[in-house]
Amino acid sequence: MKLPGFLREPLVLDEDESAWRMMQSPEGVSLRLKLAGHAERLVALIFDLLIMNLAVILVVLIAVSLLAVRADYALVASLYLLLTFFLRMGYFLGFELRWRGQTPGKKIMGICVVDREGHALTPMALVARNLMREVEVFIPLSFLFAWQGVDMYFGLLSLSWFCVFLGMPLFNRDRLRFGDMVAGTWVVSNDRRWLQEDLTALPRSKSRDKHKFTDAELDVYGISELQVLEKLLRRPDSSRKEDAVREVCFRIREKIGWEEEVEPEEFLQDYYRELRAHLERYVLFGDRREDKQTMSKRARTTTLKMTE
Amino acid sequence: MSEDVLQSYRFRAEREAGWRQLEKLVVRVERHGLASLSGEEQFQIPLLYRGCVSSLSVARSLSLDASLLRFLESLARRAYFVVYGSRARISSLILEFLVRDFPAAVRRIGWSAGLAGIILLLGVFTGWAATLVDSAWFEAFVSRGMAGPRTPEASYEDLSAILFNKDGSMGDYAAFSSALFTHNAQVAVLCVALGALLGVPVVMLMFYNGTLLGAMLAVHTAKGLGVEFTAWLLIHGVTELTAIILAGGCGFYLAGAVISPGRSSRLRALAERGRTAGILAVGVVAMLVIAGLLEGFGRQLINDTGTRFSVAGVTFALWYSYFVFAGRVRWDWQKTVHRLGAGRKPEGAS
Repeated sequence: MKLPGFLREPLVLDEDESAWRMMQSPEGVSLRLKLAGHAERLVALIFDLLIMNLAVILVVLIAVSLLAVRADYALVASLYLLLTFFLRMGYFLGFELRWRGQTPGKKIMGICVVDREGHALTPMALVARNLMREVEVFIPLSFLFAWQGVDMYFGLLSLSWFCVFLGMPLFNRDRLRFGDMVAGTWVVSNDRRWLQEDLTALPRSKSRDKHKFTDAELDVYGISELQVLEKLLRRPDSSRKEDAVREVCFRIREKIGWEEEVEPEEFLQDYYRELRAHLERYVLFGDRREDKQTMSKRARTTTLKMTE
Repeated sequence: MSEDVLQSYRFRAEREAGWRQLEKLVVRVERHGLASLSGEEQFQIPLLYRGCVSSLSVARSLSLDASLLRFLESLARRAYFVVYGSRARISSLILEFLVRDFPAAVRRIGWSAGLAGIILLLGVFTGWAATLVDSAWFEAFVSRGMAGPRTPEASYEDLSAILFNKDGSMGDYAAFSSALFTHNAQVAVLCVALGALLGVPVVMLMFYNGTLLGAMLAVHTAKGLGVEFTAWLLIHGVTELTAIILAGGCGFYLAGAVISPGRSSRLRALAERGRTAGILAVGVVAMLVIAGLLEGFGRQLINDTGTRFSVAGVTFALWYSYFVFAGRVRWDWQKTVHRLGAGRKPEGAS
């Protein structure tokens, strides 16, 4: 029998270790930040461009309808240019200033710009960051559209320019785009987590604490397994969960040699509670038992010592 | 210790109320800004934040509840952004920018700006000399579209008709101004941004723009219109060329961080200088707006060489005394801002 997919993946606290960065808070506690994913940032940018262009089109339409009487084409055209320039600068800058490093697109995606050293975001860093976007995205893009088909080499040049800058976050460890380098910022995920009930405090069935485990029965698993179990128990009720609970319960019983029949979910809840109490006791004494491999190694060395 | 309650559970039960309170406040700030909090709540947030951070560090060494740890990590991070995030007000920012930051940034990049200016002048001289020696060079420096009728073959009358234009509506001037501004702003932004690419493109841009000027100047001097052309150029050129030189200097300043970062890493040096670059870029764009207005309106409305020169002289004196003297006096700037009413005093507990 195979474990369901969501339990087979190695479960540490976080999914992609390479995306986590430490930031020292002034209180001396290190806060962990998760770099925003490439896809998240791209989607945020697309959202922003959509919103921005809608705004430009709206304003230009209004301007044209107001000025149509005078039919001053040159004025409308240059107004349009002026407007797009200031809007490009103003949109990102204004929102990031007011919404602490977020634009509407970033807000939708739950990511935000922060200083790499953990200081407050300065307005000038935001200016530098967004100015670079002009060079990274808009200027090559406008070249591409303005001279389309006229000069192939020029088009190719600006296309490759565009690709190099757009691909920049892919080629460095901290996923910095060019503007981030100049401004000393990076983009991190700012997702919200909810405080869930402590599993050891869930309203229990009458049969609570029906199962008592000995130290030997608890010593087979480490923290990593404990947290897999937590993940499983926290899943919303479904037939998939029931299957997984039955399977995991079967495996644990096999491992610790539990003979009598049990109700799987209750058994796992009791086992979780006792295992957590057991492991937390060790943690208090500075002994973090990460997973079952280190546990069995430890068990071997203790038996060796005992036989000596 | 009662038998069936975990230590980590008791820890949580003791502190949970504070976390929930902090989360409520953080969510409000995230949605509606810091101003939506009452004075007392603003006072509370840092305290609750510190409590949360200490909970986090205890939880890390005590609790094996992954979901609790994740929650605390995320809450501490969000509260951190609220507590240490920028909370400057736009009005005081603008004031500080004008009076202190911009001129200080200009002085900081002094040498780089000087280099940019020298390259520009070299370009002017090259363009001027080459065109005077052989007018065929003109074609190489100035594109046909830009030159329009102003070629070496143009007559005195053609040239002076352009220098002293007599007709045109205000709408034309406005359109002309904003078109000029958009073009110049893009050149300036390019200059700043390309600096981080070792500055080579900046040298090219500065030199090229210089040759363009020089070639034009040569065409006019050949017809005896040198002084008139200079006046026509400088009425806005003092502002515009200064802005372009600052942009180029800013590019060199950034290039300096990449080429020789000193003791810190390249990335860090770039990030440090990037802030100055941000200040300068904003200032340069503002200068270009002024230059665009001077060019679009001032030059078209003032058709007298002497007056043009005096406008140029006044702008020169204003800009350079601003850059040299503004913001040098050290005083408690924040206090002055508060006194002027531009900043808001932090509210105490009410």
